[in-house]
Amino acid sequence: MTLSIGVRRVGIGKMATLVQAIRMALHYGETHLGVKDIFGEDVGPPLGGVFTATQGLKTSWNSPLDERGIVGAAIGLGLSGDRCVAEVQFCDYIYNTIDLLKLGGMQSWASHGDWNLPITVMTPVGSGIRGSIYHSHSFDATMTHIPGWKIVMPSNPLDAYGLMIACLKEPNPTMYLKPKALMRIRGQEQIPGEPPLTPEGEKLLKEMIDAPLADRSRWRPQWPSGLTDYTVELGVAKTVHEGEQITVVSYGRTLPLCAQAASQLQKEGVSVEVIDLRTLWPYDWEHLSASIEKTRRVLFVNEDTEVTNFGEHLIRRTIEDLFYVLEARPRLLAGAFIPGVGLADPLEMASTPQIGSIIQAIREVVSEQA
Amino acid sequence: MEVCLNGGRVLKETMKVGPQGQSKLGSMKFRLEPQLLVQIHQLMVKSRVLEERLIRMYKQSDGYFWIGGPGEEAFNVPLGLQVKKGQGLDFDYLHLHYRSGAIVTALGMEPVDALRQMKNTVTDPYSGGRNFSNHFSKKAWNIVPISSTIETQYVTAIGSAIAQRRHGGNGITIVNGGDAGTAEGDFASCLIWSTRPGNELPILMIVTNNEWGISTHASTQHGDGQISDRGKAFGMKTRTIHGNDVEESYFALKEAINYVRTERKPFLLEAKVSRLYGHSSATGCNLVTEEEDCLETFEKKLEASGILTRKKMNEIREKDTSQILELAQKVKQEPMPDPSTIYDFIYWGQKGRYW
Repeated sequence: MTLSIGVRRVGIGKMATLVQAIRMALHYGETHLGVKDIFGEDVGPPLGGVFTATQGLKTSWNSPLDERGIVGAAIGLGLSGDRCVAEVQFCDYIYNTIDLLKLGGMQSWASHGDWNLPITVMTPVGSGIRGSIYHSHSFDATMTHIPGWKIVMPSNPLDAYGLMIACLKEPNPTMYLKPKALMRIRGQEQIPGEPPLTPEGEKLLKEMIDAPLADRSRWRPQWPSGLTDYTVELGVAKTVHEGEQITVVSYGRTLPLCAQAASQLQKEGVSVEVIDLRTLWPYDWEHLSASIEKTRRVLFVNEDTEVTNFGEHLIRRTIEDLFYVLEARPRLLAGAFIPGVGLADPLEMASTPQIGSIIQAIREVVSEQA
Repeated sequence: MEVCLNGGRVLKETMKVGPQGQSKLGSMKFRLEPQLLVQIHQLMVKSRVLEERLIRMYKQSDGYFWIGGPGEEAFNVPLGLQVKKGQGLDFDYLHLHYRSGAIVTALGMEPVDALRQMKNTVTDPYSGGRNFSNHFSKKAWNIVPISSTIETQYVTAIGSAIAQRRHGGNGITIVNGGDAGTAEGDFASCLIWSTRPGNELPILMIVTNNEWGISTHASTQHGDGQISDRGKAFGMKTRTIHGNDVEESYFALKEAINYVRTERKPFLLEAKVSRLYGHSSATGCNLVTEEEDCLETFEKKLEASGILTRKKMNEIREKDTSQILELAQKVKQEPMPDPSTIYDFIYWGQKGRYW
């Protein structure tokens, strides 16, 4: 199958899902970038990950139900020079590995640059699937407290592919946060190498790389032959909606909601610029500050809990660097500071930013008198 | 019999023994060759003198904290001598804890570098002045950065062992730690991951058991028997030895290392050792006279066997003491790290603040 290389923008509903994009990037990684192990709980056959992100991968395998063992093994593999991708099944269960994440993030620094650690840890994050108290946590606020890692969170399939490729080329440890609410969304841009963007192509890709629900003991994937090393450079943000009156910075699940809000408000004459941060650390301050200097108003949106939230750091940076250009208080819209996300629909909707609260926050910032 | 020691030096290991199992030297009970015994003794003395100098540096305010392994030399020197030293999967990976100075001394560490780390000078090759004493790190020898976090080395060891299992050859992963830390889940993780059916790992798990966790005695916390017995539940080969005995340690390590190298399966070795200067400077780092001093025991045997005289052993110690003192005085003159370097190497190869 011959497929065009490059990114094409087409209508919604014909491309790979975000989780398929991750899977194809991992396949490219194990066939072209030296990935030798993709492992974690239920990562290998027959399941291929609880979100199917690792189905059909030749280097995937199941580990003991032991998050500390998973992260520790990843560190040891990286120290021995073998590139790996380790998965913690939900970020809700990564908290008991915090000291190991600290340890991994300091291998270069503590050894004064002697050692490096080329590993990737990935974990699903956030709300949106009615995951109850222990399948809805976010991890970006905690992870951005841990130096030494490069931390990404995609909001669409193309970035999901390109950010994974970037992680798999990186000599330092990378944390790949997977927004679980977006796993099944389809993008508007073609991933280089995926099948033709037709309804048939969508079906074809599913038949090629999605394991059947029935007996899959004899199933083998047929990977698209034209996959490339399309890379989204780490530390580079992207403007997904241009505007003049306010800058909205987000990532992961809330990014499409911010873009949707911008489109909706545009009809009312409110011009909103939306930036997808993509890499949380190190973040693209040059891109953010240029936009904020232009719009003079900024709203940061994410769904982790609001106290010691990563957005609070971005507000601090905004105030320290751009205070005198601001025409309104910089704002943060984030998850409520509560122990977890409640299961009932009204509870989940009230616990994390939704389209309504995002639109309201944008209106408030835009309408604030200078 | 010959053994390849320390990255290529070949020394004759065992003596020819008479029909009663005694050596040609008569009354001595050693099985190792005198040349090797002398080498082990020299390394034990050097390591002990170095630790005592580090303690003095702490007490003289030439360092902020001391922690180390005086009392473990009879086990750690024979271990260091049997490590396959080098870089990469063909060599042994060492996931050590902070009582491993004698291992690293036996590998060929320059004492001045340990002094530099104690003094936190910029010349400290292990951490550039960032870490505590006895927190070694050396990629060229597969010594992964030693961390103060108790027991995390037992989970990172899993990873290098997985890589070595895949790679083949005879390089193995060696991990050590104390007895108190075995209460951590990471110790259990290592037992489980190293014995996955069909995926057994070439990993030597070592526990140096001094019966203490800082100020807490094992008898007040552990109802289990021998720590090595925990490996039996996983089908592992295990052994508990008297780690204050040089030869018992040497041959037990030889058996365990050979097994892991050739069978590519794990081995859990527990060595009963002493802790001669307490936990660390936090508990005073004063000499504990109630516990067996393995160096004293070894020297008595060496003297009784006629391999070394008391006079000769005193000369060795005095010479090391003098040399290491001279090095310590030199290190005091070396520069501290530049404050502007605090951001260096957060990412590999990166210097300066990057954000």
